[in-house]
Amino acid sequence: MSDTPKHPVVAKDVCIRYKRGDFKQIGLKEYIMKRLTGNYKVEDFWADWNVSFSLDPGDMLGIIGTNGAGKSTLLKAVAGIMKPTKGFVRVHGNVSALLELGSGFDKDLTVKENTYLRGAMLGYTRAYMNEVYREIVDFAELKEFENYAFRQLSSGMKSRLAFAIASRVRPDVLILDEVLSVGDGRFRKKSEKKMREILDSGATTILVSHSLEQVGNLCNKVLWLHKGRQVDFTDDVKGICSRYRDFCEGNISIG
Amino acid sequence: MFRRIAKRLKRHQFLFEELVKRDFKKKYKATMLGMGWSLLSPLLTLFVLKIVFTQFFGRGAPHYTTYLFAGILVFGFFSESTKGGMTALVGNAGIFTKVNVPKYLFLMSKNVQTLLNFALTLCVFLVFCVIDRIDFSWRFLLLVYPIVMLTLFNLGLGLILSALYVFYRDMTYLWSVTMRLLMYGSAVFYKTDGFSPEMMLVFRCNPVYNYITFIRTIVIDNTVPEAWDFGLLALFAFLVFIIGGFLYKRLNTEFLYYV
Repeated sequence: MSDTPKHPVVAKDVCIRYKRGDFKQIGLKEYIMKRLTGNYKVEDFWADWNVSFSLDPGDMLGIIGTNGAGKSTLLKAVAGIMKPTKGFVRVHGNVSALLELGSGFDKDLTVKENTYLRGAMLGYTRAYMNEVYREIVDFAELKEFENYAFRQLSSGMKSRLAFAIASRVRPDVLILDEVLSVGDGRFRKKSEKKMREILDSGATTILVSHSLEQVGNLCNKVLWLHKGRQVDFTDDVKGICSRYRDFCEGNISIG
Repeated sequence: MFRRIAKRLKRHQFLFEELVKRDFKKKYKATMLGMGWSLLSPLLTLFVLKIVFTQFFGRGAPHYTTYLFAGILVFGFFSESTKGGMTALVGNAGIFTKVNVPKYLFLMSKNVQTLLNFALTLCVFLVFCVIDRIDFSWRFLLLVYPIVMLTLFNLGLGLILSALYVFYRDMTYLWSVTMRLLMYGSAVFYKTDGFSPEMMLVFRCNPVYNYITFIRTIVIDNTVPEAWDFGLLALFAFLVFIIGGFLYKRLNTEFLYYV
């Protein structure tokens, strides 16, 4: 990582316009009816407004904020899935975004086929997948289910597999949307240990979490968003966490 | 532009291969004959149409079987590519909302699958040509041209349809009606000899008719189509491809909100 530039992630004045309304999955008839009756509402709103931050190599950034604060949208911009409407995000090195991993499997494919497909999605090579496939299935404890169609698995099994595949990433910049551990009891322990390994690997990490405790323990920088606006970006983790707690309990309000 | 696409394809090669595999597997899942169907289903169509039109309507044109098969072959390829292509974006929303991949990857993988299917059927078609005592000549090599252009045409239409389908789910119905119209207007099972020049102009406006006729001219008439025909095929292909590419570029960041 000697050639890692000074700031692996820089976000400058990032504004992202999001669309919301009843346009989703409507048919032509409904669209025309809504247009005629003037009921067609597409609301443009700013999911993020003037968000700026920069990270040093190895930084662990926690993003906190209530629902609808624009956290996930910001993650998608860093991952390159969305483009900022204004401002920019600059990322050096390869990025892995682990977003909503439980979904997005193909229910008709087998465990094996889905594993390879997901591996390909995460940017692994075929050679690498051939090498680690056994370990992944073993880790997910799905040895006997390899040739089962995905629809036959329980949701616990699916998230275990999702985690087992995702936990192989070793990117320069890691983006996490609440996927720190899955499963129950024993598997949770196992996955937490694995997660620690990833976090200790030195990757610059951005993490969205609703657990202040987690953020307090893991992160050395915190970004607080509220309704798309940046309340604070600081390395005073303790301070911001206690302010956020006060805010959540209604003791303070923010402008 | 093509160089850049090739480079990005290279980077996503593994994903692309897995997508193609998936499209194959999904196509034949839960069917006993599997791949056999891609050979059998055009043959069955051929059989039915042949019976209907020779026994009931008494069309005894020379090489009618080859004539018919050429129509079924091309139209089947066109129909499968565009129908499958339409759902390429919506069906893969789970992937492109999670990882940053070029969105045309899904359409391309679907088209690789249909193209390979088409290649299989084409082999059967050539066998039928032998049975039907068609003279093979060097002109058969020219078949590559309409196939490449048709593939490009399918891709372009797929770009347009899949983009529209994200916004309007009615597209499936509209497209199947359009497809029926195109089918009857493509002279799959009838000859166009007796039509007026005005009517021929209408036929000429139907891209699929042109692709079918081009192939028939080479195979049955054993002649090289005119320069004008070559141009027309390319015109249709590039026209839809440019429109589709423009739509994708324009809407690239919009798709996310609608799926």
